[in-house]
Amino acid sequence: MSKNNAKIKALAAAFPHTIPILAGFLFLGMTYGILITTEGFPFWFPILTSIFVFAGSAEFAGVSMLLGGFNPLQALAMTLMINARHLFYGISMLEKYKGMGAKKLYLIFGLCDESFSINCTADIPEDVDRGDFMFFVTLLDQLYWISGCTLGGIFGSFISFNTEGLDFVMTAMFVVIFLEQWLKEKSHISSIAGLAIPFLCLVIFGADKFIIPSMIALVFALALLRRPIERGVNE
Amino acid sequence: MTLTEQLITIGMIVLGTVITRFLPFVAFPGGKETPKFITYLGKALPSAVFGLLIIYCLKNVNVFEFSHGLPELISILLVVIIHLWQRKMLLSIASGTICYMLLVQTVF
Repeated sequence: MSKNNAKIKALAAAFPHTIPILAGFLFLGMTYGILITTEGFPFWFPILTSIFVFAGSAEFAGVSMLLGGFNPLQALAMTLMINARHLFYGISMLEKYKGMGAKKLYLIFGLCDESFSINCTADIPEDVDRGDFMFFVTLLDQLYWISGCTLGGIFGSFISFNTEGLDFVMTAMFVVIFLEQWLKEKSHISSIAGLAIPFLCLVIFGADKFIIPSMIALVFALALLRRPIERGVNE
Repeated sequence: MTLTEQLITIGMIVLGTVITRFLPFVAFPGGKETPKFITYLGKALPSAVFGLLIIYCLKNVNVFEFSHGLPELISILLVVIIHLWQRKMLLSIASGTICYMLLVQTVF
């Protein structure tokens, strides 16, 4: 098989996994593009952030940072807090992204919730190059996001069909992936902790502040439950 | 804010995002042996992270106010049932999303 054919094969294997993200990112990207341009920013702003930031929740929060007074350190601190969950993605992908060469830089740069979900859990066919597959998942995801942001930024004011509730596509995707993990794993301790601890933290700390306490509590819980979990993971 | 200040702010958002994504790979480079506990976390975390992501998606649902999280609950149950029945990812996601859109646009 020639090199190009192999690439096309990886792209064809990757694409179906990204279809829910296509729907979700076009919608969310457009929402973001419309939001930021109606706040008075030029159409190329959402395009710029979708290329260089590529992190939905930080970009949405960025709109209010841009509207407030100039405070770069606060912007940095807020972004670190909003995106802290990415640390867990990196730790989970240390092994999978090993030996990916130059592609690795882009794989890490594009490690958003959705790219992580697919690259961490997809059963990649034996005859497809793993690096190419994961690269295309990440690239497609970012292209969807850039397209959504661009469309929202340029045509935002002309769009008026009822898309209320379409953002649920991302929730549904995470539910399905959670379920797939559940069906595959021997020990459910980690899955249960992953639902219960953030839920408790949400009740205690509220929607804006629960992620970091959840992450700290999860690491402690996984450390304490290491023995029973490892029995399940290693089988 | 001037345009330069806005671009610096965006630069800070880029920097913050890049730090959270690259830090684990910089701290535990491929060439050196990764501490056992981190390797363990890498295996145990994904299941927990998807739970965290579900809660994250639902964080603004208020069970004490109208709609009471019912559209979310019904649609998630539908996703689970359809997925356990057919085990086809796209079908489960599409049914749940369409169900949710119908519920929030027409019923609630």
